[in-house]
Amino acid sequence: MFKFLFDRDTWQEVFDSFSKNKLRSILTMVGVWWGILLLIGLLGSARGLENSFNRLFGSFATNSVFVWGQSTSKPFKGFQEGRQVSLSLTDAKKVEENVEGIEFLVPRNQNQASVVRNFLSGNFGINGDYPLLDQVQKKKLIHGRFINQNDINDNKKVVVISEDAYKQLFEKDEMPIGEYIEINKINFKVIGMFENGNVNMGPTSDMHIPFTTFQQIYNQGDQIGWMMITGKPEYDIKQIEEDAKLLLKNLNKIHPKDKRAFGSFNLGKEFDKVTGFLIGMQFLTWFVGIATLIAGVFAIGNILLITVKERTKEIGVRRALGATPFEIKRQIVVEAVFLTIVAGLFGIITGGWILIGLDAAFGQGDDATIVNASVSIGVVFIALVILVILGTLIGLIPAFKATSVKPIEALREE
Amino acid sequence: MLKIHQLHKSYAIGDSSLHVLKGIDLNVEEGEMVAIMGSSGSGKSTLLNIIGMLDEADSGEYILDELPIKNLTEKKAAVYRNKFLGFIFQSFNLINYKTALENVALPLYYQGLKRKERQEKAMFHLGKVGLADWAKHLPKELSGGQKQRVAIARALAANPKLLLADEPTGALDTKTSYDIMAFIQQLNDEGKTILMVTHEEDIANMCKRIVRLRDGVIMEDKKVNQVRAEQYV
Repeated sequence: MFKFLFDRDTWQEVFDSFSKNKLRSILTMVGVWWGILLLIGLLGSARGLENSFNRLFGSFATNSVFVWGQSTSKPFKGFQEGRQVSLSLTDAKKVEENVEGIEFLVPRNQNQASVVRNFLSGNFGINGDYPLLDQVQKKKLIHGRFINQNDINDNKKVVVISEDAYKQLFEKDEMPIGEYIEINKINFKVIGMFENGNVNMGPTSDMHIPFTTFQQIYNQGDQIGWMMITGKPEYDIKQIEEDAKLLLKNLNKIHPKDKRAFGSFNLGKEFDKVTGFLIGMQFLTWFVGIATLIAGVFAIGNILLITVKERTKEIGVRRALGATPFEIKRQIVVEAVFLTIVAGLFGIITGGWILIGLDAAFGQGDDATIVNASVSIGVVFIALVILVILGTLIGLIPAFKATSVKPIEALREE
Repeated sequence: MLKIHQLHKSYAIGDSSLHVLKGIDLNVEEGEMVAIMGSSGSGKSTLLNIIGMLDEADSGEYILDELPIKNLTEKKAAVYRNKFLGFIFQSFNLINYKTALENVALPLYYQGLKRKERQEKAMFHLGKVGLADWAKHLPKELSGGQKQRVAIARALAANPKLLLADEPTGALDTKTSYDIMAFIQQLNDEGKTILMVTHEEDIANMCKRIVRLRDGVIMEDKKVNQVRAEQYV
């Protein structure tokens, strides 16, 4: 069989029968070509979307949850409902100590403030933050550094600003580091500038100042705006959220079943939804692609069946000249497999072009919707193997049809 | 060389069956040139097909060169056809997308010969039928007579013991027919055993023996004085 596959005559026969019917062969291949094109195109786009989601979420620890205080909805221990709940640093510390599975807990504060520099000004969200924030919500610093422990200890008046804020407050190409800006009439020294993320989880964060400085200038005392909790990878973030809330309710004398006392946003849960959506999309892609592929292969089988009917006489002549039924079948199967593979390869190549096109159209820049749309070699290989198997199976039908006719009847055919 | 004894064959047509061959006895010696004649429906083509192993008899004996031909599998039949028999058809049956040379080389391909050897042999036989210059031409570029010559070269390529011709001149004009017959006679002179089905008297008279069939039985089996075809060419 292997000798047969590497025999020049085998391929001569295949090429002869194709060159005889170029149009038909090409039409035959369209089905499979289209199928594999869809498969590659869809899989690549799905991958591109996945990449873009990953990039969006990339700067966040995805197993994290934000918790903030709202107002109670149930009376408890003598307190009436509708009481404002606010979180404190003590709460944060207790949660960090007592809830299992927490990797980081970052207390945060925020306020809006007008910021002035020389003749330029703007309204920005000012955050009071610990250096830890950088671990949980990675800042891409363009210049300088993020807040450090020294800044916290000494209540330093330093600020890390976003690129957007920079654009509003500084001239083009001006170096912001070391410059002073006025927040609430207090001078702050700019120590860092970060790239704006693609997604803003939580309130807008244009500027970060040391937590302790924030406490001081806004007279916040022990209060915090919200806390950001990151779970260890092996722990379920939903469980951590529940445990933390229960503990917080206990600490703040809130009814354990009060659902509104604390607001929260669970990034892990949201991320799971997106991941689920992506998995669903990939499944759909495979399903559609393979179904189209099968339809295409069936089209090849169908056309080969017609071809065999057309070639009945030729097959009869070949058999009169001494071709065994096996030789005839083998030839037809090889033709079927060859057609599928050639069509498949064209599909893979054109699919690749489509991905290149998608990348050129949607894949450029920071806010690209499809990032690095691509298909792995493994997938291409699997698709090819499937093609060969399907091609062989589908080729068997016309092959048996061809030899089921007795040579005498085949020769009589006009 | 060829021995047939009490050969019967019937075809089922709907519920009834048509008895086509009703006990045929025929012996052909090596080097003979036999014409099988008869009107249509006499069973002459069926007989040729059975001899050509394209069809199988219901009962009776068929021995080709000491080899009993019976209960052949398709594969075995294919091998025997390739080895022992050369076919010439009325409608030439050349493969239209293959050149003359490739057509002649086809039986050699199924014999498993190497490409080079096939080409050489095929070229030799094409030369023999006088078409060496037409080797690279497709059948559609050849005249009827040339096509039949290619077909004859193809039948000869595998060096068969027996040449079977089904109305070899049926699709040709008289002049070309005689031309082809002259060539077939020449093959016979060289020792090939030839069996042909025809319904043309003049063609039959160019053979050495005429077997007449009617309604599935042999009516007449006589040796004739061969009319040489060259004189008409």
